[in-house]
Amino acid sequence: MIKLTSVYKEYARSGAALKDVSFHVQKGELVFVTGHSGAGKSTIMRLLQMAEAPSAGEVRVSGFSSKTIRRREIPLLRRKLGVVFQDFRLLRDRTAEQNVAFALEVTGVKRSAISQRVNRVLTQVGLSHKAQSFPDELSGGERQRVAVARALANEPLVLLADEPTGNLDEWAARGIFDLFREINALGMTVLMATHDLDLVRAHPEYRVIELAQGQVVYDSKAAAPAPSAPPAHAPVSAAAGDGQLAIGIYDPRGA
Amino acid sequence: MPYSLREALSAFRRSPLLAFLSVVAIGFSLFVIGLFGLTAWNIGRAIETVEEKVEIVVYLDDATTPSQLELAQQEVRALPGVLDLRHVTKTDALATAMAEMQEFRDVFSDLDNNPLPASLEIRMKPGSRTPDAVKRVAERVRAYPFVEDVRYGREWLDKIYQIRRLAAGAATMIGAAFALVAAIIIATAVRIAVFARREEISIMRLVGATDGFVQRPFLLEGVMTGLMGGALAALLTWGAYRILSANIFQIEMIPGEWMVLVVVVGTVFGFVSSMVAVRRHLEAV
Repeated sequence: MIKLTSVYKEYARSGAALKDVSFHVQKGELVFVTGHSGAGKSTIMRLLQMAEAPSAGEVRVSGFSSKTIRRREIPLLRRKLGVVFQDFRLLRDRTAEQNVAFALEVTGVKRSAISQRVNRVLTQVGLSHKAQSFPDELSGGERQRVAVARALANEPLVLLADEPTGNLDEWAARGIFDLFREINALGMTVLMATHDLDLVRAHPEYRVIELAQGQVVYDSKAAAPAPSAPPAHAPVSAAAGDGQLAIGIYDPRGA
Repeated sequence: MPYSLREALSAFRRSPLLAFLSVVAIGFSLFVIGLFGLTAWNIGRAIETVEEKVEIVVYLDDATTPSQLELAQQEVRALPGVLDLRHVTKTDALATAMAEMQEFRDVFSDLDNNPLPASLEIRMKPGSRTPDAVKRVAERVRAYPFVEDVRYGREWLDKIYQIRRLAAGAATMIGAAFALVAAIIIATAVRIAVFARREEISIMRLVGATDGFVQRPFLLEGVMTGLMGGALAALLTWGAYRILSANIFQIEMIPGEWMVLVVVVGTVFGFVSSMVAVRRHLEAV
């Protein structure tokens, strides 16, 4: 579903953002991508949307390759991706319902099909009763739910979430993550970039890819190749204090 | 109402002054072209009228004998392109001159000798009124020993053609200057519209709207602006025709197809200007 092979990304101004990043996410997985700010999480998200091309290596997303994709094919890829951001990116002059409908309208979904689909996804995220509210009338958690509903409206194969809980209080954040779990349980691949380590530790059942300074420094799947085998690396849920936590404590300088 | 049309119309509501300026700028640039069209059309008509009257006047020596004249008339009639030929005697010439120039009547009557020469007036066939054909006949006739002078009014035609060329040059320059202003105003309008809708545009791209879909409202806005500008130009041209005809001199209105062309050119211009601008500015979103 998603495959990065020896991906490098360099920016003219800020230098290397990703260095030799490779990982493979299969259909139906839910994966956390963690790391400090500037570790390269958002760069990966942009590469997956093909908003940018890698400097070297290859990014493959649901059948499209960064090496061969043409500009006019990018919208087709985007329709297979649902994207959620930390800052929600809702249109303030439109109601929750209109924000979701907008995503369908601009991708050419028939008018008759739109309202039905909007109702369905708003119900799925638990916001059917706030369909007529404007973003400013909603709480942070509710706004993010609208954003998730919009991401789901086009029935994507992959949900990409870039720090979706970054602007939310803990309760709202848990609510959003529970929503992702439900969506994942229905078969959708979910890739969530986050630096909320508590959330990651609380869900050891999901794969974790940790980035530091543009490199993958930990991948729980690589660390535990067979699901039945005991993890070679400490699981992220390991009780604090056992000294084997990988998440967030890796320091490439060895400090 | 489809999304693109709704958004295009909302751009007019969002910045009405800019939309108005765009329409006026296109309207004026095409009005200049329209005025030229009006001038060119009327000059063209004038040239046609003059061309119908194209004649070669062959002034004859007083010593020309009737037999010489008879032979020459037969030969000239047989020349290619000649429609007919009229012999104007000295007496005829004087009578015409006295009739056409009343104020000199007394002068003419007091003359002892008729100073006006006899002449042959040659009219050309409709297809043979071109400068070359006329010149060929004129040169042939000039070869007769009893011919004093040959006149064929080419100087006049050349001058009219020259005026028309000059008018075309001036209209092109002024029209182009206005068109440039119009293009700049349209580009500014597009830039402002892109800026006002940048969030919407980034979300459209995020969810997989095609470039064409994103651009469509802007292009539609350009087409509507151009259409209105073209219509304004057509209206102004018609107004100019009415005012000129009523107050200065009677002219003919340009044909309906030309008016339609003005509107079509305005529309295409609006479309192209906004396409260039939208391609540039959308890159930045």
